[in-house]
Amino acid sequence: MIVAEQKPIGEIRQLIAPYSKVLLLGCGTCMTVCGAGGEREVSFLRDALRVAEARSGDMRHDFLEYTVKRQCDFEFLDVVAEKIPEVDAILSLGCGVGVQAVAERFPYIPVLPGVNTSFIGLAKEWGVWDERCAACGDCRLAETAGICPITRCTKGILNGPCAGTKNGKCEANKDMDCAWVLIYKRLEALHQLDKMYRYYPPRNFRVIPRPRRIVRKVDVKVGEGNG
Amino acid sequence: MARSLFEEKLSSKDFLVTTEVGPPKGADTAEMVHHIDMLKDRVDAINITDHQSSVMRFPSLGGCLLVKERGGEPILQITCRDRNRLAIQADLLFAFSRGINNVLCLTGDSIDVGDHKEAKPVFDLDSVQLLRLARSLEAGKDMGGNDLKGTPQFCLGASVHPEADFIEPQLIKFQKKVAAGAQFFQTQGIFDIASLRRFMQYASQFAVKILAGIIVLASARMARYMNENVPGIIVPQHIIDELAGVEKGKGLQKGIEIAARLIKTIKEENICHGVHIMAVGNEKIVPELLQAA
Repeated sequence: MIVAEQKPIGEIRQLIAPYSKVLLLGCGTCMTVCGAGGEREVSFLRDALRVAEARSGDMRHDFLEYTVKRQCDFEFLDVVAEKIPEVDAILSLGCGVGVQAVAERFPYIPVLPGVNTSFIGLAKEWGVWDERCAACGDCRLAETAGICPITRCTKGILNGPCAGTKNGKCEANKDMDCAWVLIYKRLEALHQLDKMYRYYPPRNFRVIPRPRRIVRKVDVKVGEGNG
Repeated sequence: MARSLFEEKLSSKDFLVTTEVGPPKGADTAEMVHHIDMLKDRVDAINITDHQSSVMRFPSLGGCLLVKERGGEPILQITCRDRNRLAIQADLLFAFSRGINNVLCLTGDSIDVGDHKEAKPVFDLDSVQLLRLARSLEAGKDMGGNDLKGTPQFCLGASVHPEADFIEPQLIKFQKKVAAGAQFFQTQGIFDIASLRRFMQYASQFAVKILAGIIVLASARMARYMNENVPGIIVPQHIIDELAGVEKGKGLQKGIEIAARLIKTIKEENICHGVHIMAVGNEKIVPELLQAA
């Protein structure tokens, strides 16, 4: 899933400063799971903004709260349409995709980002999320025992560890595992060490001309498992 | 015909000595030129480092040009950290056109260890891919598969870490570098002759020359700092203790003594083909070290 962190309250207050009625818009998918912008966080954020404004003696904002199932699908944004006339800005707690989807769906109202979208990752343990995928568009996980060197090696190198690895950790961060040590050990356990000896050519960055677009070649019927 | 003076020496039976000179932080090259003049006739080649430890400096290509100007034999260090494949190919072509034919192909330290931590890390290529790229230029093609007008010739080197605490994947990578066209290796800093011997038992099956990296330590504090902060360096405790045991101000002298001892042993016991001396900022002591060894 997509992992994000809520922006500091001070930055959010600066973002909303020019407006008076603000819709705090949560997202029920990734942002809920990573605790950056679900229904709960929307409610907490409203309380935090209220307290901050009360302390500063400037209670000029009205807040509306709403959380959609997901912001990155236009069809889930239709329900927001009726709230638009009531506010003069939207603070989206969706990821960067959510913020842009909302902006694209509602062209005449400012949409502000309430979170910093960080990465595609997993919950390693309660409260700890780790990046796992760089969305490089050219997956080679079959060659690296299901451990991604592009994401998990700080240099994203493809032909084995650099000389900076020490105690199985990365030269850039002593708390971070060296991806290539992990790959070696897992390939060894899988009896696939021959893959360590293979030469992997430079990445093809042409598969990711930005922005990317995927056009599916099959028809997807409305309502058939794609909602 | 040899592609460089250094390549000629590589094919001889001589015990090889290389060293490195770090370019200045700034436009004043006087001290670097002084170091080059001091070293050029005492060693077989001088490496010029490429933003060593990801600290921004005068470029390695510029340093190599100065070595050429002063009549020395340069080894150009190229890392993949700061340039994409277009820039690297251009630098290689330029180097060759100016008579800089020895190239040490490195991945490069992480941006995070340097002094521009907010910079974009490039790493379009890695060291193995860089070696292959240089060989493909020699074959007359760029990485896009286009024909070159005039082809370069290089004597290519790479690095290896015989004292890595997890050696197996390092040895596999070493082998990949040999297959990619590396002719010589300058190792990461060696402190333990036994591990160098072990490495040579493995490496001697390949037709490449191994120059053991010798780091001149100036104090126990520096050794501890390097262990903590410099990628690929593992100074063993007994060396730190030896440095800590001398009176204040005598650390560098002790460091030279330790380095000289290592070089002497490597040379006398014919453990590998030469040494690569890294004085890390103390280039001026290299002549004394060579004397002592």
